[in-house]
Amino acid sequence: MTVFCLVELESGAVADASLRALTLARGLGPVAAVAFAPPADLPVAELAAYGVSDVYAVAADGYAPRAWAWAIANLVPGWPDAFPEGPAGRRPAVLAAGTDRGNEVLAHLGAIIGLPMAANCVAAAPAPGGGLELVRQRWAGLLLEDAVLDAPVALLTAATDAVAAVPADAPGPVMVHAVKSELSPADLMMRAEEAPAAAGGASLATARVVVGGGRGVGSADGFAPLEELASLLGGVVGVSRVVTSEGWRPHTQQVGQTGTKITPDLYLACGISGAIQHIAGCAGAKHIVAINTDASAPMMARADYAVIGDLHQVLPALIEALRAR
Amino acid sequence: MEILVCVKRVPTVGGAITLTADGQAVDTRMSGFTISPHEECAVEEAVRLVERHGGSVTVVTLGPVAAEEQLRFCLSLGASTAVLVETDGSELSPFVTAAALASVASAGGHDLVLLGNEASDTGDYQVGIRMSYFLSQPVVTGIKALDFAAETSMLTARREYRGVSETFRLPLPAVVTVKEGINLPRYPSLPGRLRAKRAVIERIPVLSTIDRPELLTSPEFRVKGLRVPAAGKRSAVVLGSGVAAVPELVRVLGELGVLP
Repeated sequence: MTVFCLVELESGAVADASLRALTLARGLGPVAAVAFAPPADLPVAELAAYGVSDVYAVAADGYAPRAWAWAIANLVPGWPDAFPEGPAGRRPAVLAAGTDRGNEVLAHLGAIIGLPMAANCVAAAPAPGGGLELVRQRWAGLLLEDAVLDAPVALLTAATDAVAAVPADAPGPVMVHAVKSELSPADLMMRAEEAPAAAGGASLATARVVVGGGRGVGSADGFAPLEELASLLGGVVGVSRVVTSEGWRPHTQQVGQTGTKITPDLYLACGISGAIQHIAGCAGAKHIVAINTDASAPMMARADYAVIGDLHQVLPALIEALRAR
Repeated sequence: MEILVCVKRVPTVGGAITLTADGQAVDTRMSGFTISPHEECAVEEAVRLVERHGGSVTVVTLGPVAAEEQLRFCLSLGASTAVLVETDGSELSPFVTAAALASVASAGGHDLVLLGNEASDTGDYQVGIRMSYFLSQPVVTGIKALDFAAETSMLTARREYRGVSETFRLPLPAVVTVKEGINLPRYPSLPGRLRAKRAVIERIPVLSTIDRPELLTSPEFRVKGLRVPAAGKRSAVVLGSGVAAVPELVRVLGELGVLP
């Protein structure tokens, strides 16, 4: 039975988080991508590479969570009359990336069709006794939950920092279907007016390099070398919770359970002790380098490489060395 | 403006999370309880809206009697009344949680329901949205800035998504979930604490808020157990101390392929 997967697009390509969701979806059955974009704007080759066989291109005027959920509900086989009976593990499923949008749209979908929604799964597979065996993140990934989802349609999102994005072994052809959506004014009431964010530049969630600063930075002014290093490496600055509580940096830069979860190639954590809520936000980094005066800071145990020292001395020297190359 | 804020009692986690021997719950013998930072901000936002536009703030939680501790904390921050939807403390599905909370909101005739974007323990990301369907009200989630125009009775809610600022405009009554960063919550004042200590908390049995008791258990979603992920720790290679470590650090950054 078809596995529908909401695909988010970013600068004309499939968003990294959606590639991860497609990878998880592929393990459950043939994948139909659902994208809210005109057919001409779809990265069809990229979708094919991830094993997508059908794409539903839904006409949409911007992001409207309830309207998007209704459009997906209308693609679900049998709904709203009767869900098809299927052998265990062969029932339809709807997936999305565990992004703010993915979790929001799937929660609306769960409320609309009256079924459970499992957020931020790291694994999903047909269960021997029926339904799907899931592993879900709790505490933003600090704990894992083993669960069984045995519903007529499985609704789940894929954790953005724990499922790897892997292209399909044998990509096939892709059929594109244009879908018109018929929406009520009530659905469109919840529509986002979009504008470039004030901060601009690369987004923390998708940055390839994040230079992190914590209490050890000491002040708002102390961030100058971190900014300089981030711009040298083509990355962005991220901070720990204490930094935003102190008002040194805006909350939009907070990495952690109540901030942003990051998945960079490199997280350079400077003067960050490594509270568990911060670790939840950066555990998805491919590599972690920690700079800290305290060799026993929890962050050091979570890092691949460590420099024991004062960031106010190490960073200027590092910047100088990089400029001299 | 009559505002209902929904909060959840969760364990305070510090250096590490440990589980009970049966792997079904977080071991709380050595820790206290709290509410999520998102929810603390929801309470603060509600108190500010009422300070500006009049009205009152009611705080509600679904949980065991011990959750009165969290309700009293919210009262000390400026909420004026508190309601406990009493359970035996076992975990309830997002569907039942939303149904029970929506029943309280519906009975209270609130103009605005505020929640945190997600509970810090279960992280289901859906209770506010499911409530809005029970209440037939609009909902927006993950909000980082909220304004209310009394003359038009419209809310303007903003958030950021991957470098894009999103603005939603919706009429009351509505459900809004907020994220940490929308404000900087105040600390409880001394008079606030005294008032909170004396306050009478209304208790409602959870069974009186949902019409079908069989909904308390969900056959469609069963939790088997919890575990701590194995891949947490990495083994840090110490590159050196102070500026002397910089050449080695540059070499490693080169190896990782992040140098321009």
